[in-house]
Amino acid sequence: MNLTLKIWRQANADSKGKTETYKISEVSPDMSFLEMMDMLNEELIEKGIDPVAFDHDCREGICGMCSMFINGEAHGPDRLVTTCQLHMRKFNDGDTITIEPFRAKAFPVIKDLTVDRSSFDRIQQAGGFVSVNTSGNTQDANAIPIEKSNADKAFDAAACIGCGACVATCKNASAMLFVSAKVSQYALLPQGKVEATDRVTNMVNQMDEEGFGNCTNTGACEVECPKGISLENIARMNREYLYASLKG
Amino acid sequence: MALDSKIPRGPIADKWKNHKSSINLVSPANKRLIDVIVVGTGLAGASASATLAELGYNVKTFCFQDSPRRAHSIAAQGGINAAKNYQGDGDSTYRLFYDTIKGGDYRSREANVHRLAEVSTNIIDQCVAQGVPFARDYGGLLDNRSFGGVLVSRTFYAKGQTGQQLLLGAYSAMNRQIGRGKIKMYNRHEMMELVVVDGKARGIIARNLVSGKLERHSAHAVVVASGGYGNVFFLSTNAMGSNVSAAWKIHKKGAHFANPCFTQIHPTCIPVSGDHQSKLTLMSESLRNDGRIWVPKKLEDVKAIREGKLKPTALSEDDRDYYLERRYPAFGNLVPRDVASRAAKERCDEGFGVNKTGEAVYLDFAAAIDRYGKEQAHIKGLDENNAAIVKKLGQEVIRAKYGNLFQMYEKIVDQNPYETPMMIYPAVHYTMGGVWVDYNLMTTIPGCYAIGEANFSDHGANRLGASALMQGLADGYFVLPYTIGDYLSDDIRTGTIDTNLPEFEKAEASVKAQMKAFVNNKGTHTVDYYHRKLGKIMWDKCGMSRNTKGLEEAISDIKILRQDFYKNVKVPGTTSEFNTELAKASRVADFLELGELFAKDALERNESCGGHFREESQTPEGEAMRDDENFTFVSAWGYNGEPSKAKLQKEQLDYEEIEVKTRSYK
Repeated sequence: MNLTLKIWRQANADSKGKTETYKISEVSPDMSFLEMMDMLNEELIEKGIDPVAFDHDCREGICGMCSMFINGEAHGPDRLVTTCQLHMRKFNDGDTITIEPFRAKAFPVIKDLTVDRSSFDRIQQAGGFVSVNTSGNTQDANAIPIEKSNADKAFDAAACIGCGACVATCKNASAMLFVSAKVSQYALLPQGKVEATDRVTNMVNQMDEEGFGNCTNTGACEVECPKGISLENIARMNREYLYASLKG
Repeated sequence: MALDSKIPRGPIADKWKNHKSSINLVSPANKRLIDVIVVGTGLAGASASATLAELGYNVKTFCFQDSPRRAHSIAAQGGINAAKNYQGDGDSTYRLFYDTIKGGDYRSREANVHRLAEVSTNIIDQCVAQGVPFARDYGGLLDNRSFGGVLVSRTFYAKGQTGQQLLLGAYSAMNRQIGRGKIKMYNRHEMMELVVVDGKARGIIARNLVSGKLERHSAHAVVVASGGYGNVFFLSTNAMGSNVSAAWKIHKKGAHFANPCFTQIHPTCIPVSGDHQSKLTLMSESLRNDGRIWVPKKLEDVKAIREGKLKPTALSEDDRDYYLERRYPAFGNLVPRDVASRAAKERCDEGFGVNKTGEAVYLDFAAAIDRYGKEQAHIKGLDENNAAIVKKLGQEVIRAKYGNLFQMYEKIVDQNPYETPMMIYPAVHYTMGGVWVDYNLMTTIPGCYAIGEANFSDHGANRLGASALMQGLADGYFVLPYTIGDYLSDDIRTGTIDTNLPEFEKAEASVKAQMKAFVNNKGTHTVDYYHRKLGKIMWDKCGMSRNTKGLEEAISDIKILRQDFYKNVKVPGTTSEFNTELAKASRVADFLELGELFAKDALERNESCGGHFREESQTPEGEAMRDDENFTFVSAWGYNGEPSKAKLQKEQLDYEEIEVKTRSYK
């Protein structure tokens, strides 16, 4: 395959970026998108051009580190995959592909396609946990049976990989899907119930402080989420938040 | 200096309990005066950081990724073992201990493994208390499955994302402490050097990967939890950033490196598709619970399949060779990983590989789909003889169990594994070898610890499935936070370590010089060029089967490649910016040294055991043959200027509890 790539280049957080165009040929349809990027970078280095910086690590769709906005979609045209699991067979010979970073006020660009998502970490630090110390004396794991349907829903919410596709996709750059996934996981489990009120209040406050936008229920986040996190979680978080506000 | 493993005296079942009761403690008030550095945030590093902070120590934690949640433990799929015996199938602490020693082919330390089995049950309790959503049955209790090399169901799981859920649990425990200010987290930071003051580990030089700035960080102890070194093979199931550097730096500062040649080649990975490949993807071992592994019996069928003229589903049962079931009737498809990998290689070497490269075997779910489908049809009162209904119901069961794995396979290979068998082939996955540690998990440098995959201690020559997560969390939650107190109790009056000490200055200067040398080299080849070349040497000569000639060649080939690397590597950009090529260059430089020691260790160990198969040491049937008389020891290598000049020290392994036998899964 021969492709034309239009890639966002930005030297660092303080400089102005712009789109550069590169041609690439002999791309195999079996390559992953990132392997195509590796190939481009090898060629750029040979030519003495600074390679394109992009985040990636596990390359099996689970670490959540890769983060490209490809042809106007977070993680590109395929569904339920991250960029590292997107394969070139989803494109056609001769295509022009536009590659941008995940854009949001709360995700400042570090370099090229690499952004700073530490705002996500800070939201988790505000309350995304159960306060239990390690002791070796917690009660037996089977002491509290958990209804299978709740356990399964908690798992589905916990499958979030924290990549930020929801934020990048949302026209308001809202982090509601991400935050609600963690709030839901704990709200559905008895272990998380004790601190539910503080958790949702603190996490939502931190989310607002980081500069994420509001949710206007367009549902685009759910469509682009590589792990299929459901909008139901946002509804559940809203209920939890309302309850916490009333309780004071 | 002789190696002292510091194994406590007394009966095996009491060693840990007695040791914990008798070691020195640091009072809560004094813990506030003590700093601990943790490098890495996988299961071991994250759980250790959280627990140390809960206890009251000031923790500084480092990871090279953009968040601690990205560490590669996240990719572990299948599950975590614990001797809970919830299934009532005869499991016990002793049995888990026994299985792990046997699975490791009698090359691990009894006392450590017994402790691991003891604390395994605590891990499950702790994780459930944290809100980790393990799989449950309809009664609301925890579900289990079976893994290779054992005869009980002791594996706890969360679909095919167990590592993710356990890591996020440990990450959440860390987050709580970061929020409280007890952990200071350094994302996008890489450890470049260990700082040793008066013979003790007292800090590190870290590089801020965004700004390129070198930073000095001091502490009273340094814990390395930086994972394994599988990426020395270039292609492995490790993450792209996984590296040996932290472990290698401490090795060069005096920590012995143990059993580097013990590497796990995992039998069920997606085969290599071409030269562009950057990494390999694992398909969880749990699939072997329901998948049957086979190749065609006849070479003409193999040929037809490769040419696309014959579909594997069209082959009759009689024309298939379920070679694991044939060779190992007792364990069948659930033999340990080393055995399954070698058996796949043997068939492919004989020409029975089923893809274009000749390096793939089938993993077939048709029988399981049929079995589950009939079961579901019966439960639902539907026609058990209606093939379409049975297939649909069976596929639903398989989807519920392994849905994410099947989806991943389909995305990568572009074939539907519900309809046609998966193709799999062994790939480098885990390294049992690592930094030598004593019973307290301390390396041969006082105050420097190694935990999780970075150390060598628990898995011997072969790790059983679902045991890596167990070991990482055991070390981090339940072992290191207590044993480290014994050492730190001497440091309560030391006070903060000054980062202006000459040792820090010297260490920083040497890192700075190395970074400068890379960017000023202006060579001709990229870092990946060298990494690929190293990987090829390793796979061809130190892979699934090894011999004297190949290993000797590997040693000299790697040496030559390393010299060429320093002369001709091309690293673009500068040292004072976000420079991913520079970060890669310093990691590959360390792999180029480790690779040589790896080959030397493999050459020295002239026996076959676990994942280490020496062609010179096999039975007439081609099974691995151990040499207990000459090799019942841990090879601990001391750095001596160059990898090939490393000095070997042996830690003899004494088996007091378990009778050493020939491992048989027949």
